Amino acid sequence: MKASRILLIAAAVAMSVPAIALAQSKTSAKSAQVKRGEYMTMVSGCHDCHTPLKMGANGPEPDMSRMLSGHPQDMQLPPAPGPTGPWNAHVAATLTAWAGPWGVSYTANLTPDPETGVLRDFTEQQFIQTMRTGKHQGQGRQILPPMPWPMIGKMTDQDLKAIFAYLRQIPPVKNKVPDPIIATQ
Amino acid sequence: MPVLSEMRTRRIGRWTSIIGVALAAIALLGSAAAARRPLSRSAPELLQETGLYADFGRHQVDPRHLEFAPQYPLWSDGAAKKRWISLPARAAIDGSNPDVWAFPAGTRFWKEFSFGGRRIETRFMERQEDGTWLYAAYEWNEDQSEARLVSERGKPKAFDLGGGRSHFIPSVNDCKSCHQGHPAQVLGFGALQLSSARDPNAIHGEPMPAPGVDLQYLVDNKLLKRLPRAVLENPPVIHAATPAERTALGYLHGNCGHCHNDAGSLRNLGFSLRHVQGPARRDAERTVATAVGQPVKGRFPGQAPDAKLRVEPGQPERSVLLQRMGSRNPLVQMPPVGTVMIDDEAIRLVTQWIRDLEAPVRSTEATGKTAQTKGEDP
Ligand code: HEC
Ligand code: HEC
Ligand code: HEC
Repeated sequence: MKASRILLIAAAVAMSVPAIALAQSKTSAKSAQVKRGEYMTMVSGCHDCHTPLKMGANGPEPDMSRMLSGHPQDMQLPPAPGPTGPWNAHVAATLTAWAGPWGVSYTANLTPDPETGVLRDFTEQQFIQTMRTGKHQGQGRQILPPMPWPMIGKMTDQDLKAIFAYLRQIPPVKNKVPDPIIATQ
Repeated sequence: MPVLSEMRTRRIGRWTSIIGVALAAIALLGSAAAARRPLSRSAPELLQETGLYADFGRHQVDPRHLEFAPQYPLWSDGAAKKRWISLPARAAIDGSNPDVWAFPAGTRFWKEFSFGGRRIETRFMERQEDGTWLYAAYEWNEDQSEARLVSERGKPKAFDLGGGRSHFIPSVNDCKSCHQGHPAQVLGFGALQLSSARDPNAIHGEPMPAPGVDLQYLVDNKLLKRLPRAVLENPPVIHAATPAERTALGYLHGNCGHCHNDAGSLRNLGFSLRHVQGPARRDAERTVATAVGQPVKGRFPGQAPDAKLRVEPGQPERSVLLQRMGSRNPLVQMPPVGTVMIDDEAIRLVTQWIRDLEAPVRSTEATGKTAQTKGEDP
């Protein structure tokens, strides 16, 4: 190899280093946000309701093959018992279907599945607005219990953005959650 | 407030402090009520403390406030409404962007709701120094002697509408879901709503209260400045093929366009029911372009498989827009807040409009351009 050629390559490498470093710092800022989102999702209990439980060797455990994909579409449930007395709410063994005075609600599919994910048409701002107001897509119908939006809505913009960034890049799971049922008084 | 701004300016320099003193003097010359009541971030406990009335005991509104009536009012289950605006002394609205008027800090709006001749609630908006709007609602007592601030969470069962339904005084989040759905925030006091060319067929239209607040009145009285000349010379009119279409699109503007538009947070739906001014005003209405023959983006609970388009020309029963307007299932209904009773008159109007859209002409033309070739404004 000629010396001039080596020099040229060296120069090219040297010049590309800052570019690579910049790209890396960008992706690492991005991945820091995603990491923060993963952490927030974990510690604020989203999995409790949005990742179905399955029976394992040591009792119920989250079914990570369906991570954050909400109430399983293939699960057959008998009609929920009506809300009576002080024990007025019921929950399915998966913790994804809830019945109470409001009717029956099913936890949403938070994965980025383009067809069945609830966030498919959401902008980051609409996600924040949804958590702050308890309205579907920030301006639509009231979100039903027990989705704890009054608590989640108290998070900072930064934390909500991190959760959104994390949810946009988890593995998509195709799962069409059933429509809720509104109680008729 | 004037005193505070004066103190602040004193530190900056002599020249600015002179301006500050002058401003304070102007403010003092303004209405006594305004000078007494500083611009606060939280709403007062009682309606009379907002300054609506000259004599609260006799329900006499301060004669300095201007009563107005938008030509395409919002349907609120048949409530009778009255509305007033108060601009700070010597201040004017900046109309240079005809779609988003800029109101001076201190501007106040009130909207009173009555059922069966009795006042139920009065809503209040006030522009703050930082440019945000304050939203509040006051509930009237039975004998109409007091109207008290309602909790931020709203108030259910404020008036019995019969059939197990009742009027709900909206929460502050509800106010914002409509009012902050478009950058204007003020929804009934704008170029189309106060156009001097009012739609004589508008449904639920109210007679114009004295002194007849429209664009011409506002400009003549120097309350509206920098409105583009063209808007004054050609008062805004919905661009439509027929008078009936004009009325239908006007209804959708007044009842849906604050959420469904190209400028607010729901713009990613690509679905606009709002009339816009500006250079493109001679083109087809955005409602025709984004609804007629256009596929729905989402799917509502119980949506029939053959309901695929927002508006299917000639097929009202398959048009999702009409289905959602005609529902009061909380998961489906449009608008999602502010009403528990279907607006039958509007259903008839929009049904007829969809029926009259000739399928072959419009549905193939996704841009809706054909709407304007059919004729001029009525
Ligand atoms: C106690 C159970 C529970 C927990 C914990 C929970 N959710 Fe939910 N979530 C629900 C239910 C139930 C629904 C469906 C409500 C409905 O259909 O109205 C829902 C719906 C949603 C939706 C859809 C909103 C819309 O616009 O329709 C989003 C987004 C969401 N949850 C995000 C989260 C996030 C993020 C977390 C954790 C920070 C979380 N949830 C924690 C129960 C829960
Ligand atoms: C369903 C949507 C919706 C909700 C909810 C709503 N508004 Fe409005 N509001 C409108 C529309 C549309 C207009 C203009 C048309 C009219 O007055 O008939 C309006 C008009 C007003 C006006 C007169 C000034 C203007 O913007 O034209 C005031 C004041 C007002 N609203 C206050 C409130 C307050 C306060 C709340 C909450 C307590 C509230 N509104 C809730 C849609 C809504
Ligand atoms: C307070 C805000 C608000 C108002 C006012 C409102 N909408 Fe909506 N609308 C929404 C939201 C949010 C969605 C998206 C979520 C959904 O489909 O429920 C939506 C969705 C729709 C859709 C489905 C669009 C699609 O492509 O999926 C139609 C049709 C619709 N609205 C019609 C109307 C009509 C007609 C009116 C007036 C009579 C109206 N809306 C008033 C908030 C509003």
